[in-house]
Amino acid sequence: MTTAPLVPARRARGRAGTGSGLPGWVFIPAVLGGVFIVLPLVAMLVRVQWSQFWELVTSESSVAALQLSLRTSAVSTLLCVLLGAPMALVLARARFPGLRLARSLVLLPLVLPPVVGGIALLYTFGRQGLLGRSLDVLGLRIAFSTTAVVIAQTFVALPFLVLSLEGSLRTAGRRYEAVAATLGANPTTVLRRVTIPLVLPGLLSGAVLAFARALGEFGATLTFAGSLQGVTRTLPLEIYLQRESDADAAVALSLVLVVVAVLIVLATRGRAGEGSW
Amino acid sequence: MSRRPGAVPSSVRATVTALWVATVVAACSSTGTTAASSPNSAAASSPSGTEGAITVFAAASLKKTFTELGDTYEKENPGSTVTFNFAGSSDLVTQLIGGAPADVFASADTANMTKATAAGVVAGQPVNFATNTLTIITKPGNPKGIGSFADLNKAGVDVVVCAPQVPCGSAAEKIEAAAGVTLKPVSEENSVTDVLNKVVNGDADAGLVYVTDASAAGDAVTTVGFPESTKVVNTYPIATLTGAAQPASATKFVGLVTGPEGQQVLAAAGFKPAP
Repeated sequence: MTTAPLVPARRARGRAGTGSGLPGWVFIPAVLGGVFIVLPLVAMLVRVQWSQFWELVTSESSVAALQLSLRTSAVSTLLCVLLGAPMALVLARARFPGLRLARSLVLLPLVLPPVVGGIALLYTFGRQGLLGRSLDVLGLRIAFSTTAVVIAQTFVALPFLVLSLEGSLRTAGRRYEAVAATLGANPTTVLRRVTIPLVLPGLLSGAVLAFARALGEFGATLTFAGSLQGVTRTLPLEIYLQRESDADAAVALSLVLVVVAVLIVLATRGRAGEGSW
Repeated sequence: MSRRPGAVPSSVRATVTALWVATVVAACSSTGTTAASSPNSAAASSPSGTEGAITVFAAASLKKTFTELGDTYEKENPGSTVTFNFAGSSDLVTQLIGGAPADVFASADTANMTKATAAGVVAGQPVNFATNTLTIITKPGNPKGIGSFADLNKAGVDVVVCAPQVPCGSAAEKIEAAAGVTLKPVSEENSVTDVLNKVVNGDADAGLVYVTDASAAGDAVTTVGFPESTKVVNTYPIATLTGAAQPASATKFVGLVTGPEGQQVLAAAGFKPAP
């Protein structure tokens, strides 16, 4: 979907007079789309009660939720890197029957509604679940614990890292790896000294995206992990709950989440700025 | 790595992929969060201008009974249709104040009806039509042997309740005060349905839900009554709305709910009559 519109755009370069090589009318829907994204954020900013803002975002429950969110998202991102990077390597480099199917399955959490993910996780790790029953016998309880939050976040964020890194691996190609191998480097050395350094930007932007997705995770956590201050109630859950009784607090906390999201986007875009953008 | 010729395009491609993925996330997560309010958009697009077509905003706990009463209404008034929007009472009030078109509002507590009245969306005087109390539910057969409200604090019993911010949670808090017992729940859920599901799924040992929820769950749970429950009674008010496109039909529907037919359906689901 991304490459198809690029082709005519490139062909038109130099013909139209907008400097961008694009026909002028393209800017109309593009600007509309931009407004569509920015306007709701502006609407939210307008609603923020600035006089109470600091008080609302520093309340005990807000701080507990933010800390829990940052902590769990960091752990989830680490898990995504540890599990996702090898998955991306296998998907990008290995050839085996069923590869296409494997890739589709990896992307599944991306297209599942989060609440469905939560239900699936419940039937896996819940006390009556597929694995949960055995874990319960061993005395390990996952439901209603911070572990459940991390599991839910990792489940939904993993595809982002895999997709991002796999794209980088394919773009980087195998030339340098092949050269290193002919020079006598063993596969582990090639991976460590050639492949990983080559795709590090992709790995980093994938990790940032996974972190962002983990931070915003709501549906699966609510369904699977429950909601208790300091244990499972992350910032999105806190916002959803506050909205029931105190709309001002919900808006203030939403703004905090937006600021974190903007910082994340800037971090990713900033790295892209080193390239030709 | 920036010295490597392959590194620059790979970072660009990575970012393109990243942005594309971000777009997908945005689309996905927005689908996730708006799903809860989608019944509203269905209700909003209902042809409220049509003769006899009314839109009823009702508390989630009324889903079963009101759906049944809607069918009754449509049968008794041929050619008429009733469209429902079932959600948490506070969500419904927010939607009504935001201008959602509706003819009737039935709330699960008086606080939310008061909020709607204060905002000027309620026409006339709300009528209390039912009451509900909380009950303890456990796994079928009550394996942890819970016999009283205080038993919920027994070691090894995982209790789930509603968060104090929602009506069922504020009721639970009042019961705790009345019973002199402070619960240590493993989770405070956003809705009574979430509490019910966690007990039905077996992830929690016990929960506090409305008598009507317990009755709707049937054999999936065991109900344990306790004396303190009668100290906190939730009253359900219903009212026609100032924005009603069909005020006469709206009044007729309210009459059905408060009349003998409506009361019978509500009683069968475990609701008690309003005093």
